Amino acid sequence: MKPGFFIKEAFRSISRNAIPSFAAMASVLVTVLVLGVFIPVVQATTGAANEVRSRVLVDVYLKRDATQQDAARVKALLNDNVAHVGKVEFVSKAQAYAQEKRRNPEAYTLLGTNPLPDTFRVTPDKPDNALALRNALMHPNVSGGGSSPIDGAIDSVKNRKDETSKILTATRVVKLAMGALAILLVVASILLISNTIRLSLFSRRREVEVMKLVGATDSFIRWPFVIEGVVLGALGGVLAVALLGVGKVALLDPLASDFALIAAPKTIGLPLLAALLLLASVGVSAAGSSISLRKFLRV
Amino acid sequence: MAIVERHKQELERQAAPGDRAPAVVEFRGVSKQYGPTDRGIEDATFSVQRGEFVFLVGSTGSGKSTLMKLLIKEIDPTAGTIRVAGRDLSEITRKKVPFYRRNIGVVFQDFKLLPDRTVYDNVAYALQVTGRSRKEIRAKVPDILRLTGLATKLHSFPDQLSGGEQQRVAVARAFVNHPPLLLADEPTGNLDPETSVGIMQLLYRINRTGTTVLVATHDATMVDRMRRRVLELHDGRLIRDEYNAGYAQSDLNTAEFGALLREPAPKPRRRSVTDDIDDIFSS
Repeated sequence: MKPGFFIKEAFRSISRNAIPSFAAMASVLVTVLVLGVFIPVVQATTGAANEVRSRVLVDVYLKRDATQQDAARVKALLNDNVAHVGKVEFVSKAQAYAQEKRRNPEAYTLLGTNPLPDTFRVTPDKPDNALALRNALMHPNVSGGGSSPIDGAIDSVKNRKDETSKILTATRVVKLAMGALAILLVVASILLISNTIRLSLFSRRREVEVMKLVGATDSFIRWPFVIEGVVLGALGGVLAVALLGVGKVALLDPLASDFALIAAPKTIGLPLLAALLLLASVGVSAAGSSISLRKFLRV
Repeated sequence: MAIVERHKQELERQAAPGDRAPAVVEFRGVSKQYGPTDRGIEDATFSVQRGEFVFLVGSTGSGKSTLMKLLIKEIDPTAGTIRVAGRDLSEITRKKVPFYRRNIGVVFQDFKLLPDRTVYDNVAYALQVTGRSRKEIRAKVPDILRLTGLATKLHSFPDQLSGGEQQRVAVARAFVNHPPLLLADEPTGNLDPETSVGIMQLLYRINRTGTTVLVATHDATMVDRMRRRVLELHDGRLIRDEYNAGYAQSDLNTAEFGALLREPAPKPRRRSVTDDIDDIFSS
């Protein structure tokens, strides 16, 4: 009889307090909707930023007269002795020549010989370490002023320094901004929902007081409120997820083919997102109502 | 009057037979200090026996509500012991308080009804709380509402009732669990004199079924007319404990009792310093 009684109580209270109930549901709906839009946006943005960052490279040019043995030695050195090395790709003179020739056939036919050196394209283990990697490849000169490569066969080490640091700063700013926005949004959601719950409970503080005076135990008072919170949270969550689904089908999918950002592969799938959001809305509402109630239960 | 009979049986079943029944309420040196200089009750000692009808009087701020709150364990005393039906209240843990409160009916000045429930549901809630079956609730609630004269208002909401009717609902709710003790904190404070008499008659009727009734009120003249036991508080101190049972015949019926309430009051006999001196010499 008891669970049935609690559920009946919860629905009675929802229908008797239609307006506060609607407000609570609407606040859950809005929050879930905003979160549902924002989570994929954050993911797409950071994904795009990471993709840009992954293009940061350090080029190690060998001397033109370097032999196969030199190349092998430098490769071993890069792989084993230098910090921050992620991936090493060897581009031989011939490969480089072929690549460049494809890009600019006339100039290279005119040139006749191959002026290009053997090159190692070194990807740093983390994009942020690109400059550190470059420094690791150079010995500071004992006599002061400038630096020389760590191996005699290396002619120079380049990483288009300006560009690298620009990319790094820009993507870092984007990521930080997104992170800050996400935190703000989560805080705002929690405040909004807890405030709505507190308001609707505050209006029923007297009711709780009376229940306590009649001899109701805490759980007897709490269960209907928690069920009410779950019902309203689920209702708001379901509506918001439905809106998100409609929005995705109606707005996003037609645009996806035109915009790379929207089509970014690493965003969360809609079913998973929907499940997470539903879970969160129900959980937050239930926890919120039972926690807010605790204050009023101390009569 | 089936409900009255049933209530009598209920009470007799609850009181262990042959056992020397302890006082329903016993205060021993009870003090309640709200702050360093702010005292609610100071060193109160008295006891109330089963079946008594006791008035608690005093002006606002004299400690009546503090005493009531102590009795329902809404607050704890800073000193002394309170026993209700032989049970020390300080031994009741917070978790057990709801179960303790089910043995006490409480009526308040502001009625404290649940605003979004009908009269029937308000009374039924007190039974639902204790986990009674739906069948039992359906049998008891209309019965008790008939006793309180609300048989035609079962499905009205509190805001559709007059003050007197709302207070009758509150009394019905307090009484439906057959509590051995019924507390009323200014039950007539919001009501006109004629309606107040009706509520008092109702409380008297409940008292006659064997329930101990403790009524707090600041309406001293009304109390004096009733010729019942009177406890008077002033500034947190108990200054009067007068057994006036002799003035009224103990077996008045409700109509006679109502007539009594409308009579002019005898002069109250307050305890003064000279009484204390008399006590010293006489003992």
